[in-house]
Amino acid sequence: MKPSTTYTYSRHALWGVLLLALPLVLQQFGNGWVRIADMALLYVMLALGLNIVVGYAGLLDLGFVAFFAVGAYMFGLLASPHLIDNFPAMAAMFPNGIHTPWWAVIPLGAGLAGLFGILLGAPTLKLRGDYLAIVTLGFGEIIRVFLNNLDNPVNLTNGPKGLGQIDPMSVMGHPLSRKLDVGFMELPSVTLYYYLFLVVVLVSVWVCHRLERSRIGRAWMAIREDEIAAKAMGLNTRNLKLMAFGMGATFGGVSGVLFASFQGFVSPESFSLMESVMIVAMVVLGGLGHLPGVILGAVLLSALPEVLRYVAGPLQQMTDGRLDAAILRQLLIALAMILIMLWRPRGLWPAPEHGKVMASDKGPA
Amino acid sequence: MSTPVLNVQGISKRFGGLQALSEVGMRIEAGQVYGLIGPNGAGKTTFFNVITGLYVPDSGRFELAGRAYQPTAVHQVAQAGIARTFQNIRLFADMTALENVMVGRHVRTGSGLWGAIFRTAAFVAEEKAIEQRAMALLDYVGIAGLADYKARTLSYGDQRRLEIARALATEPLLVALDEPAAGMNATEKVQLRELIDRIRNDGRTILLIEHDVKLVMGLCDAVTVLDHGKQIAQGTPAQVQTDPKVIEAYLGTGGH
Repeated sequence: MKPSTTYTYSRHALWGVLLLALPLVLQQFGNGWVRIADMALLYVMLALGLNIVVGYAGLLDLGFVAFFAVGAYMFGLLASPHLIDNFPAMAAMFPNGIHTPWWAVIPLGAGLAGLFGILLGAPTLKLRGDYLAIVTLGFGEIIRVFLNNLDNPVNLTNGPKGLGQIDPMSVMGHPLSRKLDVGFMELPSVTLYYYLFLVVVLVSVWVCHRLERSRIGRAWMAIREDEIAAKAMGLNTRNLKLMAFGMGATFGGVSGVLFASFQGFVSPESFSLMESVMIVAMVVLGGLGHLPGVILGAVLLSALPEVLRYVAGPLQQMTDGRLDAAILRQLLIALAMILIMLWRPRGLWPAPEHGKVMASDKGPA
Repeated sequence: MSTPVLNVQGISKRFGGLQALSEVGMRIEAGQVYGLIGPNGAGKTTFFNVITGLYVPDSGRFELAGRAYQPTAVHQVAQAGIARTFQNIRLFADMTALENVMVGRHVRTGSGLWGAIFRTAAFVAEEKAIEQRAMALLDYVGIAGLADYKARTLSYGDQRRLEIARALATEPLLVALDEPAAGMNATEKVQLRELIDRIRNDGRTILLIEHDVKLVMGLCDAVTVLDHGKQIAQGTPAQVQTDPKVIEAYLGTGGH
């Protein structure tokens, strides 16, 4: 039943070429399009992280964007003038400013977000389903409210004004915010970021794939399927759930670090409840627990609204400006979600019925 | 006399005004199939929940293979060596039969996140061993051909077998089967009996909680009968069957 290895290799190679060529094609239409692809990659990473929590371990987390925020603010503080400007002691300690390189912040951000994941998980261990969703939702909002208000009495986050002038990432001495001339063509900043994000996303997919087929991955899925039976089989559900929360949050943190540097600016606005809801929607819409589905869901839901922005013009004219792009986007997303839930309740690309289901199967006897 | 696999003495459990168990004790020897029977509400399930860590008894003590045993969390029970099946089958429905049994190996294996992510040699070797053992167990209970099917697509009888295979995967000292024959037809019951017989002959110890008196009497080496939380008889099936108190508990005294 398995496809031959040559077939698999050639398919992988084809995907590789497509992914590498994508920004080069998109940049012909304007950098805005490549930026959409960049954001889509960040969302893929968020969705992959949430998939560990919701898809594998079956814990509905509605505050996932908090970990994204933790990563973003971490890089914002460690690679911007904010701390220097507000704390004379810091300025004395770092006369050249704080410019922590991104490759050092990524593990830190991952670790801190993971720690937050475990901190959030610990008090919610006994909760399931809706109740867990409500508590995690609250946690997500708490983080945002903190970021919004921690400018007083000590200005740590600069409140609603956000952190600006965040360092761009640089690879081998070349800051990604500047375009790179490779001889036969020019690569704009967004394209360079695309390649960096692509590498990180591929690593994430690889990690997820390996987790899925491991002792821990199976244990997570067992908890999702039946927690009581899982406990009876000797699974320490408390530790396993915390591990899922922590591991998932790690992805959110890394994504946040990349986001902060890509934008050069972070503010609490980027981490609203709506973002959490969108990430859950990506995972559910694509196919809970199935990596290709989750990736598809993230790409569709993050890119589609942006694409609509470009095509909404004619519709706006037809309705004398009453249907502007923002309203239209929300309308269409809502419609798409309703249709998909009606026709494909298990997601656009659900996990295959892995294992052959019996030909004469008419449900459990 | 050898050390019993499970030695229970003077277990009592009270829920408010109801004395669910009073002074229940039993001694399960290695290689026995031990039956626990009683009419509805006799306290069988309470007793089962006490030995599987769900309830903490008010008094009494346990010894598992000679060592004091007092689970404080449900997952420690399998670790300690008691594996159970459920009266209303609880499988991991959307996982394959093989994966279900592989989850059973969790408690006897140890690789963690790092091993999984970096595919260390130890991880790969352990993973291979887990799969081989799981496959062997599926073969042992007679459903190796269904390894790749999702658990929920299996027939009722096969789901039972799968549950037993999953329990065996934890390498238990004692396998506790909670009404395994419930809902089975005559053919399935015969097959179940053969399977339990085979597990015993391979040296495992089984605690069988059952409604089906015929199955218990045919299979068990020793039986305890509970009624209203009290132990009313204990002995070989033949002794228990003729005990007037047992007949009374099951059939009533005949008076109105």
